[in-house]
Amino acid sequence: MADKKLAVRMRNISKSFGQVQANSNVSLDIYRGEILALLGENGSGKTTLMNMLSGIYFPDSGSIEIDGKPVVIGSPKDAFDHGVGMIHQHFKLVNVFTAAENIVLGLKEPGPFDIQAAAERIRKICDSYGFDVDPNQKVYDMSVSQKQTVEIVKLLYRGAEILILDEPTAVLTPQETDKLFAVLRNMRDAGKAIIIITHKLHEVQDISDRVVVLRKGEYVGEMITAESTTEEMTTMMVGHQVELNIERPRPINPKRRVRVHGLTVRNNEGVLKLDNVSFSVYSGEILGIAGISGSGQKELLEAIAGLQPVEIGSIEYVNDDGTIDQLIGKDPLEIASMGVALSFVPEDRLGMGLVASMDLTDNMMLRSFRDGPSPFFTDRTAPKKLAEKVVEELEVNTNSIDTPVRRLSGGNVQKVLVGREISSSPTVLLTAYAVRGLDVNSSYMIYDLLNKQKANGTAVVYVGEDLDVLLELCDRILVLCGGKVSGIVDGRYTSKNEVGLMMTKLGGGKA
Amino acid sequence: MFDLVAFIPRAVAQSIPLLYGSTGEIITEKSGNLNLGIPGVMYVGGICGVIGSFLYESSLADPSHINPFLGVAIPVLCCLLGSLLMGLLYCFLTVNLRANQNVTGLAMTTFGVGFGNFFGGSLIKLTGAAVPTISLGNTSKLFRATLPFASSMGAFGKMFLSFGFLAYLAIIIAFVAAYVLNNTRVGLQLRAVGEDPATADAAGINITRYKYVATCLGCMIAGLGGLYYVMDYANGVWSNDAFGDRGWLAIALVIFTIWRPNVAVPASILFGGLYILYLFIPTGKNLAVKELYKMLPYVVTIVVLVISSLRNKRENQPPESLGLPYFREER
Repeated sequence: MADKKLAVRMRNISKSFGQVQANSNVSLDIYRGEILALLGENGSGKTTLMNMLSGIYFPDSGSIEIDGKPVVIGSPKDAFDHGVGMIHQHFKLVNVFTAAENIVLGLKEPGPFDIQAAAERIRKICDSYGFDVDPNQKVYDMSVSQKQTVEIVKLLYRGAEILILDEPTAVLTPQETDKLFAVLRNMRDAGKAIIIITHKLHEVQDISDRVVVLRKGEYVGEMITAESTTEEMTTMMVGHQVELNIERPRPINPKRRVRVHGLTVRNNEGVLKLDNVSFSVYSGEILGIAGISGSGQKELLEAIAGLQPVEIGSIEYVNDDGTIDQLIGKDPLEIASMGVALSFVPEDRLGMGLVASMDLTDNMMLRSFRDGPSPFFTDRTAPKKLAEKVVEELEVNTNSIDTPVRRLSGGNVQKVLVGREISSSPTVLLTAYAVRGLDVNSSYMIYDLLNKQKANGTAVVYVGEDLDVLLELCDRILVLCGGKVSGIVDGRYTSKNEVGLMMTKLGGGKA
Repeated sequence: MFDLVAFIPRAVAQSIPLLYGSTGEIITEKSGNLNLGIPGVMYVGGICGVIGSFLYESSLADPSHINPFLGVAIPVLCCLLGSLLMGLLYCFLTVNLRANQNVTGLAMTTFGVGFGNFFGGSLIKLTGAAVPTISLGNTSKLFRATLPFASSMGAFGKMFLSFGFLAYLAIIIAFVAAYVLNNTRVGLQLRAVGEDPATADAAGINITRYKYVATCLGCMIAGLGGLYYVMDYANGVWSNDAFGDRGWLAIALVIFTIWRPNVAVPASILFGGLYILYLFIPTGKNLAVKELYKMLPYVVTIVVLVISSLRNKRENQPPESLGLPYFREER
């Protein structure tokens, strides 16, 4: 370590968005000729921290030094002038341009504009690091991994010395990941400083020299990768259990409500998202679903709700009288017309759950517009009453029920959505990240609502990202790992460490 | 017998306003601005040139001894100024205030046509002429001046050398625009702005400046089309509404040429030819048939649209963010 040259020194960096503290007092050193992994759960502030280094955000307090000189980074261009380049998860490329055109875009090189000469220089960079890029290929003809390569070459072409990659492997196949890691090692050996943001432990093991762990916006520690085990990293990442004092009544008279068997789902690109998933949900319980983001949570809920085509497997709904209905192959309307009372609170509240530009009443009507007095006219009285009731009972902070929901804050939007979904007294309630972005009080209100539903005998499925909440709210926790069921544990007797290990490794066994 | 030697010059003369309009609109659309105000801008360009030239001619004791330089420069500058103001108005509304581009453009067309007719009508009142037109014959002579030996060169001279300088300028502008768009840094950056402004912004390109410059330049080029129509094609005679729907045809031409100014040169001549084809095809006394022939340019545009969307090549699509306002923080 001692012979490595310090590239970046971040000291006491803090950043908050409204009430949410994204980073507090983080200090970090980045060295040349080293690959640093920034490890942490979702929402632990990894990306925010790096966005401050690359000029997207400006820190509230703290200092940044690059090559020993204090710097102020106010825009991506400032970052660039200091040799810092970041590759985001969403690529910034013009589709109808070639790789070379994208790479030189916005550059003011001396001399006349000559795209072929630029292409030649690009080829040279590619040869020296082992990139596989054709400068004359159009971006729309490229695979995701080729686009990512173009982004990396773009940074190198502009002379970036410090490269930040935000979850670069999220969109890559294992073979493409190996290729990426090979060029990252080449760049490290050429003396560049490389930071990869990730929450995948095996990648940390694979590629990094040093790992820094963030949790809830704070720096928790760092270690030399070669001298550490995945267990140590997991413990550091999930941290010690925090007491939240969320109520958890015992399930009353649980009966099997939904039985999922051998569920396998592929997404549009043909990538396996769920692999042979089997479990049951009982009435009167909250089943938590834990997992690293993108492990198949979204697909699982959407498959049950009838929004996601299923490759194989069965989803059975058990009626009160013991008869069984198959839910696969039915759309939400068909599921509802079978008498199955299923409610879904999706992750994307304003995209899938509510219409942002419509007011509260109209959003309530989205569920009841078919119930009008005639096929032609709709009934506005009932939704209006419901909107008033939701506003009053859930303490929604709004000027009136005629306000478009996009004007409400995140917590209030969520209350409106949950209020509407539970108003139909469902027997199955599916929720995805129900408290994401909510402040503490609103979160507890949502927990209360879920517990009330549980007491009413509803089978509640709660997909969450905060392990502390899952451990205190849920009766059972199903852990997904890469689309497979890593295990189902009892929320009362498990530990954060156990769930954390199951999230990162199938079955949670030793690494 | 179809008289090609007579047909070609008339088709070309007909095509020049379309070429100016479509070159201007292509440059504008490459910046992501869909300026449907082009027909209005062409009216404003035309009437501003007429006003300038009218005031200049009336200030002379003997208009037939017109100063050739001023006689050309005054109408051209007035035309450019009028069109520039229209462009600035459009940019202020759509770029700074992020108003809907379609609505803004349509309003500007309505405004531009009304503006042209209002000032046209006022000038006609001032002259007190018996016919409702303004005739600027002396200025028009300057615009229509051809090379001295052109008329002595027979069919070749008639087909290629019989036009005023604005006609050649239109073709030069179109080819220069095509070269700049495809082969220069500025062209690359302009196209990036129209395709993906967020990416261009991240690359350090000033989106607002590019949109303003491209749109205003486009308007000024389109305005010249209006000026050409009055001063050259119509022999310096302004009468209200005479320019007709050529502005819309210019916009149709943009789609027809799949956003390529160099393709616009032959395409506009084709459109110009189709526009006047009914005069050259004997249709007897049946006027209805003539009206059918007048539909041809529009029918061709629809056919081309269908074909180009069937082929579905990415390069032949409109700029990806055409018509969408850009706001950095909206992500």
